[in-house]
Amino acid sequence: MPGVDGFMYPNEVELQWSILIVLYPYLTGLVAGAFILASLARVFNVKEVQPTYRIALLTALAFLLVAPLPLQLHLGHPERSIEMYLTPHKTSAMAMFGFVYLWYLLIVLLMEIWLDYRKDIVILSRTKTGFMRLVYRILTLGSQNISEESRRVDDRVGLIVTIIGIPSAFLLHGYVGFIFGSVKANPWWSTPLMPVVFLFSAMVSGIATVLLVYQVVNKLRGQPVHMFCLDAIAKYLFYVFVIDFSLEMLDLVHRIYESDESFRSLDFMVHTKLYFSQIILQIMLGTLVPLVLLGANQVMKFGESTRRKMYTVAGILTMIGIFAMRWNVVIGGQLFSKSFLGYTTYKVEFATREGLLPAIALLLLPLGILWVLLKLLPPGEEEQTA
Amino acid sequence: MEQDMNRRELLKDTGKFVILSGAARVAFKTMQGETVPEPEKDKYKAAEHWWGMTIDIDKCIGCGNCVKACAAENGVPDGYFRTWVERYYVSDDHPEKPEVDSPNGGMNGFPVMDRPDAKSFFVPKLCNHCADSPCVQACPVGATFESPDGVVLVDQKYCVGCRYCIQACPYGCRYLDPRKNVVDKCTLCYHRITKGLTTACVEVCPTASRQLADFKNPNDPVHKFMRENHVEVLKPHLATGAKTYYKDLDGSVR
Amino acid sequence: MQKILRESGHLVRLALVLAAGFLIFMAVRAAIVPKSFGQYGHYRGAVLEEIRAKPISFAGRATCEVCHDEVAKTKSEGKHAGLGCEACHGPSAAHTEDPTTNHAFKPNPATLCVRCHEADRARPKTFPQVTSKDHANGMSCGDCHKPHSPKI
Repeated sequence: MPGVDGFMYPNEVELQWSILIVLYPYLTGLVAGAFILASLARVFNVKEVQPTYRIALLTALAFLLVAPLPLQLHLGHPERSIEMYLTPHKTSAMAMFGFVYLWYLLIVLLMEIWLDYRKDIVILSRTKTGFMRLVYRILTLGSQNISEESRRVDDRVGLIVTIIGIPSAFLLHGYVGFIFGSVKANPWWSTPLMPVVFLFSAMVSGIATVLLVYQVVNKLRGQPVHMFCLDAIAKYLFYVFVIDFSLEMLDLVHRIYESDESFRSLDFMVHTKLYFSQIILQIMLGTLVPLVLLGANQVMKFGESTRRKMYTVAGILTMIGIFAMRWNVVIGGQLFSKSFLGYTTYKVEFATREGLLPAIALLLLPLGILWVLLKLLPPGEEEQTA
Repeated sequence: MEQDMNRRELLKDTGKFVILSGAARVAFKTMQGETVPEPEKDKYKAAEHWWGMTIDIDKCIGCGNCVKACAAENGVPDGYFRTWVERYYVSDDHPEKPEVDSPNGGMNGFPVMDRPDAKSFFVPKLCNHCADSPCVQACPVGATFESPDGVVLVDQKYCVGCRYCIQACPYGCRYLDPRKNVVDKCTLCYHRITKGLTTACVEVCPTASRQLADFKNPNDPVHKFMRENHVEVLKPHLATGAKTYYKDLDGSVR
Repeated sequence: MQKILRESGHLVRLALVLAAGFLIFMAVRAAIVPKSFGQYGHYRGAVLEEIRAKPISFAGRATCEVCHDEVAKTKSEGKHAGLGCEACHGPSAAHTEDPTTNHAFKPNPATLCVRCHEADRARPKTFPQVTSKDHANGMSCGDCHKPHSPKI
């Protein structure tokens, strides 16, 4: 059979989860990571990352709004997806995701943004005219109260929401890891480390996103990009990355040492079909290089423009590396036969419903939404946020 | 007269005349010169059955009749299989590395193997109708489920096509029907076994290698089969509660 | 305390919006979920009858033997006693419903028999097998063997 080496159960030849399902944990991960960076500023009062607070929140929202779209597009019957909310199956790891998602979107992210932006929204509803005035008036929910006292209440409630938000962000992405980690039929996925690895890689990719978005957005808005802020984000990125890499290596070492019935098959796969995406992209370029770049900055002092370049390169490589990691999990988990006797091939289509084109569109869409959000809810001038 | 008696006996015994319908039944009634009582509308009671299947490896000749019949009975799309047959070739030196083939699921039989002598046999596969099924556990909406009589089924009007169940099945028994964009799989011919018939694959199996089993029926030969043979399920370490039992299954089968 | 309550009016509004959303969701849920859902378990109970209602293609040997009792007798005395009629003749439910217009499939012994009897190492040793090109000498199986009772 074309594309098949060795023996696959006949129904396994066709891959079920395409590049769109690679995007899903990728996008969700960026949300969780960006939110956790934002909460550093708010809950732990890390002054250096304060300038990124609002940008990180809006970035999280932009990606969160897009996160379910690849799933929706992938479904055989998208019009039935509401069933996940109507009759969620209690034992299904996937069913609960809808509720975790909704909780995170409504109770955590939108609430925190609304509380934080309420003063701006009320002022905008007074100063804007025409259609935008109406939009802002709706967003005020009909309350124009922005007294000192009401803002203090907002601040208290906002802090509580953020504190609830941190475990929620952990839950959101740990949960995505569990969807894969709980499939006992698939030894490439089935490991209790999966949710933890997903969580830390989510934080890595989210922090890297904010590192890049902060620079680009503030350049475009004509706002300063503070070096102290970049240094701080890069520092956190490095530490979280070290944890993430250690966990992934732990998983790898454990697999190699245990060498269970699936090992030969998976080992062969990593050295052939996944060699480029796993060894080269994920581990070499996507992890070791950024770790060296970021690590060097922790022990040596480079000039400002060198640092900026190093951080940017590290950030971009990290984003690519985490994408490769999602790819290797999702696609890699379907390339080998559950009989451990053969391998199939995944050919990415281009302009089909689950092809490369919609995938690229879905990757760009959050940036478009972010642009709209930045217009709608401007993060404000430096003096205000500081 | 003797013959007529036989026919009537047959009808009474098998109780399968439900499916004798339309013209044939009318013709037959006339021929008999008597009125055949209409069968009760529905005397099937799910609570009285617990379905599964047994497969005798030593009897399978790899003819592929079951695969063909299944496709005809259930309209299985080309290239996908509710049941299929694998041919194993296990060398003496490397029993842990068997060579397996299943061209077009074994539907058209197997090409003659021109190889040095070694252990070789056929393994028919189908849904194991697991009692603790990982696919049912995984379905997010309740579109796949275990029926009260122990058959794992898919509600194709409810399936969203997320394919999580396909990932969750350790045996590769599920596929997405490309015509309907919903998951499809072996129903153990639920539309047949609940009418007193056997499954299509069992009906056409020339050597009786496959047998439909009703574990709740005390007279079912499955009880003798389970008692007197070495019986195993596929991938027992996954504890799926599989109810497709194989007699004399070789350790190399996965 | 009173002051805090007075200053939290906007939060009450937010809570009302969320509550309204929740109520709409519950109403939609009650309206859309199929009536038979949960009847037997976490699935649509009515689907069991829907699946049962599917028509059959294979009539089953008992039905064939109602009319073809002579063949059944011949067969029951020979080596092919265990075979179902449709193993060779294919799905015949349509034929049993209307025997005059729908004819049963008549297989060609030249291609039919080898499906089971061509020698293959994977076949059970006790099962009769031949290498057809040595065994038949170019003749069709049917020239010597009668499928319903194959022993010569």
